[in-house]
Amino acid sequence: MHPVIAIRNLSKVYEGGFQALNNIHLEIQRGEIFALLGPNGAGKTTLISIICGIVNPSSGEVLAAGHDVVREFRAARSIIGLVPQELSTDAFESVWNTVAFSRGLFGKPRNDAHIEKVLRDLSLWDKRNQRIMELSGGMKRRVLIAKALAHEPDILFLDEPTAGVDVELRRDMWNMVRELRSRGVTIILTTHYIEEAEEMADRIGVINKGEIVVVEEKKALMQTLGKKRLTLYLQNPLESIPEALTGYPLELSDGGDTLTFTFDASRGRTGIGELLRKLNQQGIDFSDLHSRESSLEEIFVNLVHETDNRAR
Amino acid sequence: MNIYAIRAIYKFEMARTWRTLLQSIGSPVLSTSLYFIVFGSAIGSRMVAINGIDYGAFIIPGLVMFTLLTQSISNASFGIYFPRFSGTIYEVLSAPVSFVEIVLGYVGAAATKSLIVGVLILITARWFVDYHILHPVWMLGFLALTSVTFSLFGFIIGIWADSFEKLQLIPLMVVTPLAFLGGSFYSIDMLPPFWQTVTLFNPVVYLISGFRWSFYGVADVNVAVSLGMTLLFLVLCLGTVWWIFKTGYRMKS
Repeated sequence: MHPVIAIRNLSKVYEGGFQALNNIHLEIQRGEIFALLGPNGAGKTTLISIICGIVNPSSGEVLAAGHDVVREFRAARSIIGLVPQELSTDAFESVWNTVAFSRGLFGKPRNDAHIEKVLRDLSLWDKRNQRIMELSGGMKRRVLIAKALAHEPDILFLDEPTAGVDVELRRDMWNMVRELRSRGVTIILTTHYIEEAEEMADRIGVINKGEIVVVEEKKALMQTLGKKRLTLYLQNPLESIPEALTGYPLELSDGGDTLTFTFDASRGRTGIGELLRKLNQQGIDFSDLHSRESSLEEIFVNLVHETDNRAR
Repeated sequence: MNIYAIRAIYKFEMARTWRTLLQSIGSPVLSTSLYFIVFGSAIGSRMVAINGIDYGAFIIPGLVMFTLLTQSISNASFGIYFPRFSGTIYEVLSAPVSFVEIVLGYVGAAATKSLIVGVLILITARWFVDYHILHPVWMLGFLALTSVTFSLFGFIIGIWADSFEKLQLIPLMVVTPLAFLGGSFYSIDMLPPFWQTVTLFNPVVYLISGFRWSFYGVADVNVAVSLGMTLLFLVLCLGTVWWIFKTGYRMKS
């Protein structure tokens, strides 16, 4: 299957010499939700801006549904919708007019029924005649999404879509994104909220300092790079880890009441059985235990730190 | 050609005009009418006729042209600068529109507003001063050509400006003096020979002269030269706009 977005050898050097992107290769499949994670200044917005035509690439090429975004910009851009990071709105315009404007701008004939549906889906219908400046931040964010959906795009870019919105609205947006995906829309989102990527994404790409660090199925990423932690609640506190157990990655906490063992979940031999036997031999009893998989956030932080360390 | 996009931009810009009717249309019509009252009705009756035309009637083409220039520049420069300032320009840049379509939308709307103002001023002037139009088709032609040309010039200023101060700089510091010294209130024949030669370097002279010819059949410079100079400025503006979109100057990084 051809990727809906294909990025090859893409680099961007801004005036002044700052390299925002360095030889990016990335393919995004039709109908998936792809989360692009990265710290501030990693190049996420530059990458999206190049695909959408807002920033010129220095070198390389980007194809959207097989159309070069520079040479065949009309065909490429007409299937892309963008929800920008900044709340940039026409403050004095009404919600209806600004959404209708977006539809026309993207070359689509007037379709009041579609705009009504978009506004209703985003709970904006009651606000359709209000000026945007009178809306709350969350509502403005919805307006930006409505504008991006006005021309029925096949590919939707959400650049930090839930930044600064409350939990309820965030959940609403996640539901909307899932519904769009069920209709075949490809979603590419950048986010600081790892929870968001963990909740929604099919695949995850991590970008740091203008380079793609990893692209992986979310489940596979968490399995491969994720670590599990076994926490044992001891019956009697320990002053230190016994010498017989020093070969294990153990950590003593809570004044010696808790012992934590970190292991690689992807390996066949985790070492848990052996550890428990040795604890028994040492006469260390525990009253309870539980294991926990590392979150995407921990994986992300580790990946970024690893690449930072490699660069030094 | 993305007709829907041109129409969307045009309608969006015109909607701003109707929303701010007093400021967009009422204000320039009122301020120009004050000139007619003061220089036409009050002082004009005591001034000698120029080239056989009553002073009150003589200044009408110049004043209309003066307002047309400033309004075209102001409408078009604000029209493109404001989306840049507010950040909403991202949508135009990411839309499937060519630079020709963007210019047609923004400049078309700005020129339309100027034309409306110009025609309203002409109608209003009739209440204060008696004038006639010898070549109405040429008059409308000059009106339209000047509106489009200076709207393009305003569009360029709106892209060049990176602050509201810069947005006002050229209209106030360059265009207004040139318009005042371009023969709005006098014929350049009335100047000493040296200043007559200097004045010929002022492009506004050609606009006002040609426009006045369409009213009364008299002009400071040959009407063909006036038309040629206006067209030359139009081509220069078109070339600059083409270069802006080709390089992405102040629009894309």
